[in-house]
Amino acid sequence: MAAHIIRPPLRPSNTNVVARRMKSGLVSGLAVLATIIVVAPLIAILLYLLKQGVSSLNWDFFTKIPVPVGEKGGGMENAIVGSGVILALASAIGIPLGIGAGIYLAEYATGTRMGNLVRFTADVLNGVPSIVMGIAIYALIVLPQKHFSALAGGVVLGVMMVPTVTRTTEEMLRMVPYAIREAALGLGVPAWRSTLTITVRTASAGIVTGCMLAFARVAGETAPLLFTAFGNAFQSTSLNEPIAALPLQIFVYAVSPYDEWHRLAWAGALVLIVLIITSVALVRFVVSRGTLKGAS
Amino acid sequence: MGVGIEVSDLNAWYGSNHTLQDIQLNIPANHATALIGPSGCGKSTFVRCLNRMHETNPIARVTGKVRIGDVDIYEEASPVEIRRRVGMVFQRPNPFPTMSIYDNVASGLKLNGFRNRRVLDEVVERSLRQSALWDEVKDDLKKKSGASLSGGQQQRLCIARALAVDPEVLLMDEPASALDPVSTAKIEDLIFELKSEYTIVIVTHNMQQAARVAENTGFFLMGRLVEFDSTHKIFTNPRDKRTEDYITGRFG
Repeated sequence: MAAHIIRPPLRPSNTNVVARRMKSGLVSGLAVLATIIVVAPLIAILLYLLKQGVSSLNWDFFTKIPVPVGEKGGGMENAIVGSGVILALASAIGIPLGIGAGIYLAEYATGTRMGNLVRFTADVLNGVPSIVMGIAIYALIVLPQKHFSALAGGVVLGVMMVPTVTRTTEEMLRMVPYAIREAALGLGVPAWRSTLTITVRTASAGIVTGCMLAFARVAGETAPLLFTAFGNAFQSTSLNEPIAALPLQIFVYAVSPYDEWHRLAWAGALVLIVLIITSVALVRFVVSRGTLKGAS
Repeated sequence: MGVGIEVSDLNAWYGSNHTLQDIQLNIPANHATALIGPSGCGKSTFVRCLNRMHETNPIARVTGKVRIGDVDIYEEASPVEIRRRVGMVFQRPNPFPTMSIYDNVASGLKLNGFRNRRVLDEVVERSLRQSALWDEVKDDLKKKSGASLSGGQQQRLCIARALAVDPEVLLMDEPASALDPVSTAKIEDLIFELKSEYTIVIVTHNMQQAARVAENTGFFLMGRLVEFDSTHKIFTNPRDKRTEDYITGRFG
């Protein structure tokens, strides 16, 4: 016996064009409003930083190290260089480890106990407060060495990058269709090479985004650097010595009682944000230049 | 030049599912051989055993003997070597989406360490001509992604990619089932052209297609090879009642 679907007769109910357009307009309006609410704080922060910081920005800010309290002038060259050193080291540690672990999770560890353990650890690590990470590296590197160092600062930020990079790499690799892997295997490409060249390359746009997210996140970290990199009033590029970093310097200057230092802190905050935005934009630009017409 | 394939006592499993049972079959060199049968009869599994793709699935298992040319592929060669000699075209076109048309075709050689630009250029052009795609793509070989082509063009790109590594055997697993009639006709013309140089094994749901392109046809049913004979014989005067029932549309 054929089942009959009972449905109400089709009535010309949707003929009220004005009401329909109003409803449509209302919903689109809400969507636009939500977008504005999301974007507004970012723009507000940028504008406020510009207003407060731009007046203290000059050539000296980028080329001079801090001067003693009371003197005019001085800059944050040491902190800019220091952040560069620490972030380069952090990326050199965090990105390869994270991508490697992501490849392991997506390609080799599906459904295994070890895979679940690694994935769980990465998620927990992602939720560990950054100051706790700082204490851990303090105990592991600073205490045995008996001094603060750029090395310890780079390691703590690198470790903090690992979970983000790992999980995004895993997710992006999982989105690569199995047919693509089969195509590579079917050409007589060894599995390891197919993974490294075909699968990772197909997912590269997403993996780069994950790395940039991780980079931007740790670039502004202050707490874990307090007892690892520690800060340094002079210029240093040695991995074995304490080193300045923009977030640290901003923190120290912002809580100080001096107006001159407050101004420099604003300028430092502006420089930090601009540096993060430009480095992320630059990497995206370089990656997108390699993309072909019609590539998905 | 193509080589013949001799299959004896081939059995294959997916987990506990015995998908191929005691297959005996000789596929002649430089001919097109069609494999027909209802869904789930084991014909795709069978071709995947011919280039050892079956075993890429962790729960899959194979026993028996497959000789391609003079090599016992399960005893005397690694899967990677075998897949270089036995090309495969899949049901859905699967070009590498981030690679240009050129790089797609050259990928098999490049990924195996081949770097000579002049030879690569030649191979890419020859392969694209063989797959009848050259005229349509020659102007944006390096500009366009393989994924930007239409479905039929993508499938011909995949054929060119398989041909570029100069295989002796070309396996095609329902290569036209996701394509429109015009693209299907192009793929069939291609098979007709290519079979003088390669041994072609084509899995198809479409019996007219088997009749059009293949000299020989095998009929699979529930994991067994029911009958293998010249295509003409299979379609006009099959020995087995089940073959007759299938080709006359009584089931499947």
